[in-house]
Amino acid sequence: MNTKIAKNKSALEEALTQRILILDGAMGTMIQQYKLEEEDYRGERFKDWHKDIKGNNDLLCLTQPHIIEAIHKEYLEAGADIIETNTFNCQTVSLEDYDMQSLATELNLAASKIARKAADEYTAKDPSKPRFVAGAIGPMNRTLSLSPDVNRPEYRTVTFDQVKNAYREQVFALIEGGVDFLLIETIFDTLNAKAAIYACLEIFDETGKELPISISGTITDASGRTLSGQTIEAFYISVKHANPLSVGINCALGASAMRPYIELLSNHVSCYVSCYPNAGLPNEFGEYDETPQSMCNQIEDFLQAGFLNIVGGCCGTTPEHIREIALHAAKHKPRAIKA
Amino acid sequence: MTNMQLSGLEPLQITELTNFVNIGERTNITGSKAFARMILGGDYDSALSVARQQVENGAQIIDVNMDEGMLDGVHAMTKFLNLIASEPDISRVPVMVDSSKWEIIEAGLKCMQGKGIVNSISLKDGEGKFIERAKIIKRFGAATVVMAFDEDGQADNYEKKIAICKRAYTILVDQVKFAPEDIIFDPNILTVATGIEEHNNYAVDFVNATKWIKENLPFAKVSGGVSNISFSFRGNDTVREAMHAAFLYKAIQNGMDMGIVNAGMIEVYDEIPKNLLALVEDVLWNKRADATERLVSFAETIKAKGKIEVIDEAWRSTSVEERLKHALVKGITDFIEIDTEEARQKSSRPLDVIEGPLMAGMSVVGDLFGAGKMFLPQVVKSARVMKKAVAVLTPYIEAQKQEGASSFAGRILMATVKGDVHDIGKNIVGVVLGCNNYEIIDMGVMVSADKILAKAKEINADIIGLSGLITPSLDEMVHVAKEMERLGFTIPLLIGGATTSRIHAAVKVDPFYSGSVVHVLDASRSVPVASSLLGKESGAVFHASIKAEYEKMREEHKNRRDTKTFVSIAQAREQKIKIDWDHAEIIKPKQLGITVFDDFDLSALAEIIDWTPFFNTWEMYGKFPAILTDEKVGIEATKLYHDAKILLQKVIDQKLLKAKGVIGIFEANAVDDDIVLSHGTQSFTTHHLRQQNEKKRGQAYYSLSDFVAPKSTERQDYMGAFAVSILGADAEAKKYEADFDDYNSIMIKAIADRLAEAFAEKMHHLVRTDYWGYAANEKLSIDELLTEKFQGIRPAPGYPACPDHTEKSTLWKLLEVEQNIGTIITESFAMWPASSVSGWYFANQESKYFGLGKISKDQVEDYAERKMRPITEMEKWLSPNLNY
Repeated sequence: MNTKIAKNKSALEEALTQRILILDGAMGTMIQQYKLEEEDYRGERFKDWHKDIKGNNDLLCLTQPHIIEAIHKEYLEAGADIIETNTFNCQTVSLEDYDMQSLATELNLAASKIARKAADEYTAKDPSKPRFVAGAIGPMNRTLSLSPDVNRPEYRTVTFDQVKNAYREQVFALIEGGVDFLLIETIFDTLNAKAAIYACLEIFDETGKELPISISGTITDASGRTLSGQTIEAFYISVKHANPLSVGINCALGASAMRPYIELLSNHVSCYVSCYPNAGLPNEFGEYDETPQSMCNQIEDFLQAGFLNIVGGCCGTTPEHIREIALHAAKHKPRAIKA
Repeated sequence: MTNMQLSGLEPLQITELTNFVNIGERTNITGSKAFARMILGGDYDSALSVARQQVENGAQIIDVNMDEGMLDGVHAMTKFLNLIASEPDISRVPVMVDSSKWEIIEAGLKCMQGKGIVNSISLKDGEGKFIERAKIIKRFGAATVVMAFDEDGQADNYEKKIAICKRAYTILVDQVKFAPEDIIFDPNILTVATGIEEHNNYAVDFVNATKWIKENLPFAKVSGGVSNISFSFRGNDTVREAMHAAFLYKAIQNGMDMGIVNAGMIEVYDEIPKNLLALVEDVLWNKRADATERLVSFAETIKAKGKIEVIDEAWRSTSVEERLKHALVKGITDFIEIDTEEARQKSSRPLDVIEGPLMAGMSVVGDLFGAGKMFLPQVVKSARVMKKAVAVLTPYIEAQKQEGASSFAGRILMATVKGDVHDIGKNIVGVVLGCNNYEIIDMGVMVSADKILAKAKEINADIIGLSGLITPSLDEMVHVAKEMERLGFTIPLLIGGATTSRIHAAVKVDPFYSGSVVHVLDASRSVPVASSLLGKESGAVFHASIKAEYEKMREEHKNRRDTKTFVSIAQAREQKIKIDWDHAEIIKPKQLGITVFDDFDLSALAEIIDWTPFFNTWEMYGKFPAILTDEKVGIEATKLYHDAKILLQKVIDQKLLKAKGVIGIFEANAVDDDIVLSHGTQSFTTHHLRQQNEKKRGQAYYSLSDFVAPKSTERQDYMGAFAVSILGADAEAKKYEADFDDYNSIMIKAIADRLAEAFAEKMHHLVRTDYWGYAANEKLSIDELLTEKFQGIRPAPGYPACPDHTEKSTLWKLLEVEQNIGTIITESFAMWPASSVSGWYFANQESKYFGLGKISKDQVEDYAERKMRPITEMEKWLSPNLNY
C-alpha cells in the first residue's frame, strides 16, 4: 500500500506486530462519576441553549475539556496504548437530538485535539511505548436496515446519503484533528457501518491521504447475529472492503458470551482482531458490576487462546479494569496474522 | 484471498470446490412478466414471495432488476430491497443489483448491508465512466459483473471478448485496485440458430472466452444470462431446456462459475433425448452448416402445427406490365411471383420493375383510395401483392447493390408504445403508407421509448409514428415526446390509436416537443399528413399551422375546462343512486366461485359475433348488415365479409384459435364506494369511483358500488367477474406476415378481437341464465343480445364506468386469471393476448352503464388512500379523468 502514509501508521502496525495493544475503557462511565448537571454541560457558551443538553457527553470537549483530558490521562496512566476520542455520537444525525448539528466539525476537532495532546504527552514520557489516538465513530441513533414501523417495513428514517454525509463531516474533522486511525465501532447495523466506510474511502480518494480503519461490531444476543441480522462471518465479508487494520467485537455482550464469535473471527480474518467487552451485562439498575478481576479471568482465556491483537473495555469498564487487562495482556503473545 | 466472498445475512463463499452458482432470475422485471406486473401493480407482497420462492428453490444469489420505463426504478429498487431486508429468509442470500441505469444500481447498493454484486458495468461509455463506477462499487464493497462491451459495442466473437475482458481486468486491478476475485466477467451469451451465419459460433466463442478468462485473468469469475442462447426457439420449451442444459454442461466444464438461470428451464443433461441432444449440440458447438435447419425442422415436429393452404383461381391476360398493375389494383397474389420474374428478365435493372410497373400500379391504388373509390381492405390486399413482388426482386437488387436504391418518399418508424399490445390499427396505417411509397419500419408492440428513439437515430427516420389503444399509453406517448425533445429530435411525431385524440395531442403531447406533433385519426389521413410534413415547402407551412392549431385548441380547452362545476365527493356520496335495499330483489347465485372454460366452442361464438365493429376496424363505417348493401361500400364490404367468413371457418375447422375464459361469482357487499368480495377464506376489495360533475337537482351521482347492497343493510349481495381471451391470433398473424400477407394478418387479429367480444357476451349470457341464474328465463334474439336488452351489466376496468385500469390487478388475483387461462396484463394493464375482454358483473335491476366523467382532487386523494397508493400514482392512471 501507500508507503508515504503518516509514520504513526507504521508505528501502530509496528506495535501491533510486537504486542497486544491495550484500548482504553468506557468514557461514559467515567463521566458519570463527575455527576455533572445541566449547567455543567452548558458551560458559559451554551448557557442559553434552547434545549436541554445534559447527557450530550460529546459536548464536554467544548464545555468541560479538562474533564475529558483527565479521563484520557487516567486510561493512559493505567496502561492504555490507544485512547478513543470522545466522539461516539458526534455527527449531524445524532446531534440533531440537541439541535447541535452545526457543531459537528468543531466537536470532532476539539475531541481529537484533546486526545492527541494527552497521547503525545505520554509518548514523550516513554517513547518506547508510543500511544495512539483512535477516532471513535459510533453507530448513530438511526438505522438504515431497519424500519421503526412494523406496518411499513420498507420505511427508513434516514437515507444512505444522509448517513454517509454525516459521517463524512465527522471523519474529515477527526483526520484534521490528528487521530492515528479511525475506529468504526459498536456496529449493530452493517449498512450504517458501510456508509461510514464509504465516507472514509471517499475522503481518502479525494485527499490522497489514507488512515487505517478499524472495525468493531456488536453481537446483541445469543443468536450470534448483529441487530440487523448478520452472522459474524457475513458481517466481516460485508466490511472487508475497508481493508481494515482490525476487526472485532465490542459492547453488548460480556466477555464470556463473546467467546465463540471472537474465536470465529480469529480463525477467519486476515487482519488484526480486537475485543473490548462491557463489564458484564447491566444489572437491574443499569450498572455494570463485573469487577476488574472477574472480567480479566475471561479475557485471560482469550489471551491464552491467542485470539487477540487489541483488547480493552466498553461500557462499565474503568481505569482499574484496563490496568488489570494490561497486566494480563503483557504476559501473552499477540495473535499472528494469517497470510 | 482468492475466493469470492459474498454475503447477505449469511456468508456465501465461492471457492474452487463450489459448483455452479445459481442466480435467481425471477425478480427481474425485464425477464419476468409476472414479476413486472406485481411491481407495477404495487403488489410488493407477491413480489416478495417470488423472491422467497427463489431462495427456497435454491437460488444462492437473487438478481433484482427494476428497469421499466413506466416505473421509478430508483424508488422501486429501494423499496423492494428495503422490504427484503426485513425478510430474513430472503435476505440471507446476497443480492445482485441489476440495471442498465447507474442510478438504480447505486440506489440498490445503498440498501445492501451485505456484500452483493453489481450487474453490470462495462467499457461501453469509455474508460472514464468505467473507472469512476468501479471506484464507487469498491467503496460500497460490492463485487461486479463486467460485460464484454467496449466503446465499439458488444463483443460478439472470441477475439473481441478476450481483448475487452483483458483490458477491463487490467484497468480494474492495476488502476482501480479492484480485488480481482470480485470481478465477474459476462462475455455475452448471444442467441444462436438465428439463421444468420455469423451467429453460428456464438456459443463456441462464449465457451472459449470463458476458458481463456479462467486461465489468463487470475481469480476472475465468469457468469452469463443463459436463456439468451435459445431465444430463437421461444415458445418451444423442450428445445430451449435442452439447449440450456447442453450449453451449461460445456460452459461449466470450461470454467463458467455462475449464471442467471431459471431453474425450471433446464433439462437434466443426461435426460435429453439422444436425437435432440445431438441436434442441439450440433447447433451450439457449430458442428455442421445445416445444424440450424435440422434443429428447426425437428422443433417443428415437436410443435406440430397445422399448415395453411391458399385457394387458387385462374387469371391471365395482356402484357406483363398490365398484369402487374391489374394484380395490384385487384389485390391478386396468385401469379405475382411469375409475373414479377418475367418483368425482371425484361428489365435491365431489377429496381426498374419496382420503379416502373409496380409503382405505377400502387399509385393507381393510392389515387383510388384517396378519392374514396377503393377501401381499406382492398388497399391492404394490394399491399400484400406489392410486398410479394418486392420480395421476389430483393435478392437481385441486393446482389447488384445498385446506387440510390432508395426511391422512397420517406422513412417512417412505427411502434405500439411500451405497455400496449394492440397493433391492428398501426399495421393498417403501415400498410397504407407503404402503398404510398413510404418505407415502413415497424418495431411491433410494447416498444420502449429508448428503443424507438435509438432505432429512429439508427435508421435516420423521417417520421415517428406511435400507436396505442389503452389510456395508459397516452402517458407513454407524452414520455416519448419529451424524450425526443431532450435528445434533440426535430422529425415529426405522429400519434394514433383508439384512445388518442386531437385534443390529447394538442394539450398533453404538443407542448413538450418543438417538432411537429400530429394526431392522425385513421389510415386514410396518414398519407396526406405524411406527405405534407415531408414536402420541401409544405413541411414548414404544415408545421407552423399545426402548431398554431394545437395552441388554439389548448387555449380553448383551458377556457372550457374552467366553466364546469363539480360537487365534493362527500356531497356526491350523499346523492348516490338510491336503491330500496329492504325490498330490492337479490337472487342467490346457483353457483358461487370460479369456473374455467378451457376450450370454448368457437362455432358457438362465431354465431353471435357483432360485425359492426369489424367493419370499423377496416375503416368502413356503417351498421351491419346494412353495410353489405350500402350504395358506396356495399360491394367491397361484402367481399370483406366473405373473406372474413372463409377465414373464420378455417379458424374453426383447423382450431387455429382457442377460446379460454374464467368467470366467478362471489358474495359481495359495498362499503362506501368500495365493494368487498369474499372468495373462500380470502376477501378482495374492488375500488370504484363516483361521478362528481354537478347534475340537475334530484339526479344521482353514479358509482358502480351503488349496484351492490351496502354492508350496513346486512343483506348478502353478490358480484361477479370474468376474463376471456382468444389465443393464437398473434402466431397465425406472424405466419401471414412471413408470407407478406398483411391482409390476412390483420384479418386474423380482427376476427380474434370479434370472437373475444362474442365470448364475453356469451359468458355474460351464461352467467345471467345459468351460473348466477337471475334471469333464467331470458330469451333474446342476437340483435337484442347485442343491444343489451337484458338485466345486469359487465363494465370493464379501463372503460367509462370504471376507468382505473389498475383494478384489473385485483380482478386478476380474484380469478387467478393468469394461472387459469394464461392471459397476462402488461405494466400498462393491457391484456395479452390483445384479443381479451375482462370485467365485472353486476346483476341488480338498477344497474346500468354510465360514464364517470371528470373527478376532483378530493376524490382522487380519498381513492388513493383507499387503494393505499400514492396520490401521484393514481393521478397518473386517472389522468384522462381529472378535472384539474
